[in-house]
This record gives sequence, structure tokens and C-alpha cells, in this order.
Amino acid sequence: MKGKIAFHYHVMLLPAIVILGLFSVYPLFGLLIAFEDFKPGRGIWHSPFVGWDNFQYVFMLPDIKQIFCNTISIAVLKIIFTQVFAIVFALLLNEVKNMFFKKAVQTIVYLPHFISWVLLGGIIINILSLDGIVNTTLQALGIQPIFFLGSNNWFPGVMVGTHVWQEFGFSAIVYLAALTGINPSLYEAAAIDGAGRFQRLLHISLPGIAATIILLLTLDLQNVLNAGFEQILNLYNPMVYQSGDIIDTYVYRAGLRELQYELGTAVGLLKSAVSFVLITISYFLASKFANYRIF
Amino acid sequence: MVKSYRSSDRIIDIVIVAVLSLLGLSTLLPLIHIVAVSFSDKASVAGGMVTFYPIHATVVAYKAVISDHAFFRAFGVSIERVLLGGALQFVLTILTAYALSRPTSEFRTRNVYMWLLVFTMIFSGGMIPFYMTIRNLHMLDTMWALVLPSAVPVFNVVVLMNFFKSLPKELDEAALIDGAGPWYRMIALYVPLSLPSIATVTLFSLVGHWNAFFDGMLLMNSPDKYPLQTYLNQIIVQASQPQSHLTPDQIKQLAKLSDRTVNSAKILVSLVPILLVYPFLQRYFVTGITLGSVKE
Repeated sequence: MKGKIAFHYHVMLLPAIVILGLFSVYPLFGLLIAFEDFKPGRGIWHSPFVGWDNFQYVFMLPDIKQIFCNTISIAVLKIIFTQVFAIVFALLLNEVKNMFFKKAVQTIVYLPHFISWVLLGGIIINILSLDGIVNTTLQALGIQPIFFLGSNNWFPGVMVGTHVWQEFGFSAIVYLAALTGINPSLYEAAAIDGAGRFQRLLHISLPGIAATIILLLTLDLQNVLNAGFEQILNLYNPMVYQSGDIIDTYVYRAGLRELQYELGTAVGLLKSAVSFVLITISYFLASKFANYRIF
Repeated sequence: MVKSYRSSDRIIDIVIVAVLSLLGLSTLLPLIHIVAVSFSDKASVAGGMVTFYPIHATVVAYKAVISDHAFFRAFGVSIERVLLGGALQFVLTILTAYALSRPTSEFRTRNVYMWLLVFTMIFSGGMIPFYMTIRNLHMLDTMWALVLPSAVPVFNVVVLMNFFKSLPKELDEAALIDGAGPWYRMIALYVPLSLPSIATVTLFSLVGHWNAFFDGMLLMNSPDKYPLQTYLNQIIVQASQPQSHLTPDQIKQLAKLSDRTVNSAKILVSLVPILLVYPFLQRYFVTGITLGSVKE
């Protein structure tokens, strides 16, 4: 009887298994390219095997250190600033009593999360170009125009800033949910004891979401090597490769545009391996400290 | 509450509302600026006169978009992709999530499947092996290359699976006693009870397909098969990417040549589908995402 029912579940899972096998598991064999002197004409199975040579070559590349540094610094800054903005936004929104205003602000700040980086890129290029609205405003104030997307000093900051702008509202959803879970009698008791608005926020609201903050930061650990491929691909240009090139954009450029398959695959494999370790650590910490499980 | 707190409370309220309004405006103003640019004439845009309302209002840019066949062909490819890819993800997410939500007492190999799913979510071959797989399967330049690889969105499956698991067991047992089989219980019991969660993952799935641009760039060789976002990436981003040997002044000249009013109009027309589904599904995803992501 039980075996019969389980048969139906195997059938339900069959299409998913076929698709994941074909498009997620089968490509893993392609990782062999990283250990080969890959010849497209001879294919994966017949190209000469060279062991760790490609990896040694990767570590000798002059830009590779810069690329790893860019990736980690942009990603870490994004994580920190997005969470800070999301927490402050959630705490402030929680203080608002007018439901209409609350809903209106929420609806508006979630919106950019659903817009693609192609469209956002188009909008940002338009606004930040030398004759865009930001620079014409600066000029009106007597400030020299800034070439935001063409300057290595400004580019990483623009990436972090535009990412925060896109995501802070959406990231706040989980904090808002945690805030509604706080027992209202705590606020009443504190008010009777003479605690002001700010003290209540500091001593009740903030500790009330502390567990959520820790949980989300733990889960963000897995994104330390994801600095935003689509965003950077849509906003960067040769002038800012030095400050804007991250692992994923480098794999795309060197591997696929310049046809250095084995180099791109080796860098990609390094990234996947480190990410795998980071994700494992992050889920371990999340389940240990916050009792979080994905399933 | 003590009366003396009232006046300071009022000031704090005003400050909070002001700060939140600014944050809200900061997300809206760039969009309003693009609307203003798209309805202005080219000279005013190039002269930097347009801010948040159109100067010398005109619909010339929209007329140019309407007569642009390449734009609408790409729009059509994207619509086809969203409908086909969205339907595939919808069916497969429900099937996979339902089977995986069953307890191991009823479905002993469940955890084997679960680990396989999670493994594919956290370890991937990366861009180059993926590209070569699609090429080996002779799927380059086909619609299947855009919809099949993402047909099982593991994150959505996990969200919906957790929702299914949270439904009361008694319902399931009652249906079982009445003689309902697994398929009937899934379609007549679990799916109707999970509409907020299903609406959320469907929104993610449709928006994901509409917004995807990179797979089009990677897997489509002929530009007439580009989905909309890939096409826009080519005309807006690639065309505006200055070459490194140009001086800022030369770049400024180039920027004037590219048609900013028409590009802005194209950006806005491409936003319309998102703006149409967003208000209807917005109220669901807040419940959906919090139920799926925070447990206990």
C-alpha cells in the first residue's frame, strides 16, 4: 500500500529529476575542462589532461588578486549597507500608525526589486552620465561634473549604492514580519515605566529583531563571492575594469568572449568550491544559532 | 499615556514620516525622471533641461518605438518565453514541492531527492560548462534553451514545500480516509489551500523570465531571437559603453548621438508588464515570502 503511494511521488518528481540531471548535473562533467588543455575540436573527453597547470596559471595572472579583492569588497559592502538600511527602514516604518501611508511607502520601495538590471542600468546610465540629471544639478551648485561610471574611484561606490537602493525595501520585509511578532504589552509596560519613543525602539524593537538580524547576516555569508554579475555587466565599461571586474564578469569576459575556456572554467570552479564551503558554513551556523533549516 | 510626551511624540512622528517619504521618493524619482525624458524633445534632454516634468512635451519617442519592428519582435519573444517558461515552472514547482512535502513515513526516498535538489542549488558547473551543455544538446538559438534549464526553480520549490508542510495533517488524513489518491489530494486539497504561496512563487517565476537577459546573450546567436531584455541590453548598455581610449568630451558627444528619449520610452514600455502584475500580486508576496523564509 505504502509502496504504491510512493510510486506516484516518484512519477511526480521524474520531470524535475530529468531537467536537473540534464542542466545542472551533466554540466558538472564540463568542469574537467579546468584540468585540461582544452581543444574545442577534440571535446571534453579527448583533450589532453594537464592537472593543476591551469590553476597555477590563474594564480600567476597579474589581475587575479585585484579581481578577488573587488569581488569581496563590493559584496561585503553591499551586504552591510543593505542590511543597515533595511533595519532602519523597518524600525521607522514600524513607528508609523497611518496604515495608508505605511502601505504606500512599502509598495513603492519594493518596486525596484522587480525591475531588471538591464532597465535599471539604462536608467542609471541616463541619470549618472556626464550630462545626466545628477551632474547638471552638481554643475548648477558649482561642482565639477563627476564621471561616476567611468572613474575607478566612484564605480564601486555606485555599485553598492544602486544595489542598496534596489534592495533595501525588499530586504526589510523579513524585519517587518519580525517586528509584528513582538508582544504589544511590552511597549505598554515600558511606556508606563516612563520609556520614551526612542528608548522603546532601542530596548524593545531592536532586541526583538536581533535574532532575525543575526540569521540574515549568517545567511548572507554565502553571498560573499556574489558581487552582482548582472548589475556590473550592465553598468561597467573598459575604463573601470580595474575597480569593477568581479569573478563572474571575468569568467564571462576571459572565458567566453576571449575563448579561453579552460581559464574561465578554472576560475569558475574556484569560485564554486569556495562558495560551496561558505554556504555550508552559513547553513551550519544558521541552524545552530537560529534553529533555521531550509527543509 | 502621560500628556507631556505628546508634543515630542508629534515631532518625532513628523521626522519619521519625512525620512520615510524621502526614502520612498528616492525610489520613485529616477522613474519619474525617465518618464519626463521620454516625453521631452531631444534638444531639451541633450541640454540637460529635463528634470521631473517633460519640456516641450511630445510623443515622438513613443511613435518611434511603435514603428520599431526589432523592439516588438523582442517583446514577442519575451511574451512567449514568459508564458511557456511560467507555465512549465508553475506545473513543475507544484508537482515537485508536493512530492517533497510528504513525510518520510509515506515516501522513504524523499530525502535522497531533497539532497539532490539542494546540491544543484548550491553547486553548479558555472557559465562555461553550462554553455557547452546547451551547445551539445543542439539547443542554441531555440526557445527551449531559455525555458528548460530554469524549469525547476529550486528556491520556489522549497518555499512552496514549506507551505504545504505547514498545512494541518488532519485535512490530509480525512481526505485519505475518504479514498482520495495522491494526485487528487494535491489538486483538490493542497493547491487551493496554498494560493497565497503559489501566487508568490508564480510572481517570482514570471518576473524572473521577463527580466532575464544574460541567457539570451549567451545562448542566442541571431539577434532576431533575442528576448526583450537582451535586445535592450544591446541597444542601451552596449551602445553607451565608451571605449577606453576616448576622452570624456568625446564620450559626451557620443552620448548625444544615442537617442535618449527613444531609449527611455523603450525602458518604460518594457516596464509596463511588471507594473501591471505587481499591484495584484504584491499583497500576496509579503505573506508568501515571510511564511517561506522565517520558520519558528
